[in-house]
Amino acid sequence: MSSQPQRWTRKDLLGLRELSAEEINFVLETADAFKQVGTREVKKVPALQGKTLINLFVEPSTRTRTSFELAAKRLSADIVNISASASSLTKGETLKDTARVLEANHADIIVLRHSSAGAPQFLASRVGASVINAGDGAHEHPTQGLLDLYTIREKRGAIADLHVAIIGDILFSRVARSNIFALLKMGARVTLVGPSTLVPREFEQLGVKVSHKLEEVLPTADVVNLLRIQHERQRKEYFPGLGEYIRFFGLTKERAKLLKPDCLIMHPGPINRGVEIDSELADGAQSVILDQVTNGLAVRMAVLYLCGGIATS
Amino acid sequence: MSKTRITKETGAIRIFDAEAMRRALRRIAHEIIERNRDLAALILAGIPARGVELARRIAADIEAIEKVGVATGVIDVSMHRDDVGTRTGLPVVRASQLPLPLEQRTVVIVDDVLFTGRTCRAAMDALSSFGRPACIQFAALIDRGHRELPIRPDFVGKNLPTARAERVRVRLENIDDEPDGVWLLKPNE
Repeated sequence: MSSQPQRWTRKDLLGLRELSAEEINFVLETADAFKQVGTREVKKVPALQGKTLINLFVEPSTRTRTSFELAAKRLSADIVNISASASSLTKGETLKDTARVLEANHADIIVLRHSSAGAPQFLASRVGASVINAGDGAHEHPTQGLLDLYTIREKRGAIADLHVAIIGDILFSRVARSNIFALLKMGARVTLVGPSTLVPREFEQLGVKVSHKLEEVLPTADVVNLLRIQHERQRKEYFPGLGEYIRFFGLTKERAKLLKPDCLIMHPGPINRGVEIDSELADGAQSVILDQVTNGLAVRMAVLYLCGGIATS
Repeated sequence: MSKTRITKETGAIRIFDAEAMRRALRRIAHEIIERNRDLAALILAGIPARGVELARRIAADIEAIEKVGVATGVIDVSMHRDDVGTRTGLPVVRASQLPLPLEQRTVVIVDDVLFTGRTCRAAMDALSSFGRPACIQFAALIDRGHRELPIRPDFVGKNLPTARAERVRVRLENIDDEPDGVWLLKPNE
């Protein structure tokens, strides 16, 4: 408890890069308390009663949006979902104008998913409401990073000194970036694995190792985090083909034999079964993929409570 | 009861030293026993952080007096407070820990200082989300007055008339790394 900051003072959560290790710990400890709410007879607390939350998803998402929606409902906030196709953004309204309209409707918290990196920063600097980044381009996805850390901490007791392998499409992955920033702050060792087109050496400047040979990394890993191959973002020059990817970087049953017995298998979802991971492994004893979903709810409740619960004026 | 003493350095008035606090908690333990015939149905639920420690001490006193164990718990009120959006910094939320189910049990909420009563109300709401206790009672080491809600404690260590701007400072050895004690602080000290 000694290294804990006494109080949480941020109204926005834009990325994990700007958080201190103490602040990350603060969120994880708060999430412990909110995870327990799910086991109560009444699974709802009045923490954000009277607050209005707007889920502004300019880029499509089902699981993150649903997780935020459920988290907000468990905190008794009122919630409105706005998706890209249904919003005025398709009619040419700028993000800034959309945000001002939302504020004029007395929104207290805006959860933003956007295809452009930096969109949440832009929004946060122009509105008084709390802004939570739910994924911006290939930049950051802070609540996913936090729920991954929470799950590792829950299963392994601590994060420091663990070896975490992040495998797959790092170049286009905001999940990877948020994980890298947070894991390093918490004292973990990180190795990125994938084809050189998707895992360029430049990432080593962040303080991680880069490998293009999965078999060399698996035996020492305490956690493997398999990222989804993002078909929608791929272009031919980066990605030779699924068959070749599976042959070199898919976590097959054969390769999984190289893992330590207590190595955790993680995946942010949605899973491409048979591509990043063998179907049986995804459902196997080492997989914590569904724990990640459950913990995501607790972590998002904690983030909404902390950022949405402080005075903004 | 020890004499109140003004320390020259700070101007703080000492209300309890360690011995006086021990006696006050012992008396609360006796009163809880007197009021609750069925100690097996009792849960002493402390509000973090000092209420948890006080609940533990009262439970130990009851066990020493009656030779029966008493259940204890933790009731965090952060999620049930009524001042959302008005504070500039939030303390960490702790998970509540209560022996469930609460049905047929008597829960004694334990806190260090009773002031406006809002924390007690939040604690009662928090308890309700875990179930429906047969009875809820409230024990406070210090009742300093200035209630803003119709709430009255069942067990009090000391009634301490205060001015609104004064502060009551409670220190517990196991939590604060300072000797047990209660002080009344004048404004801006």
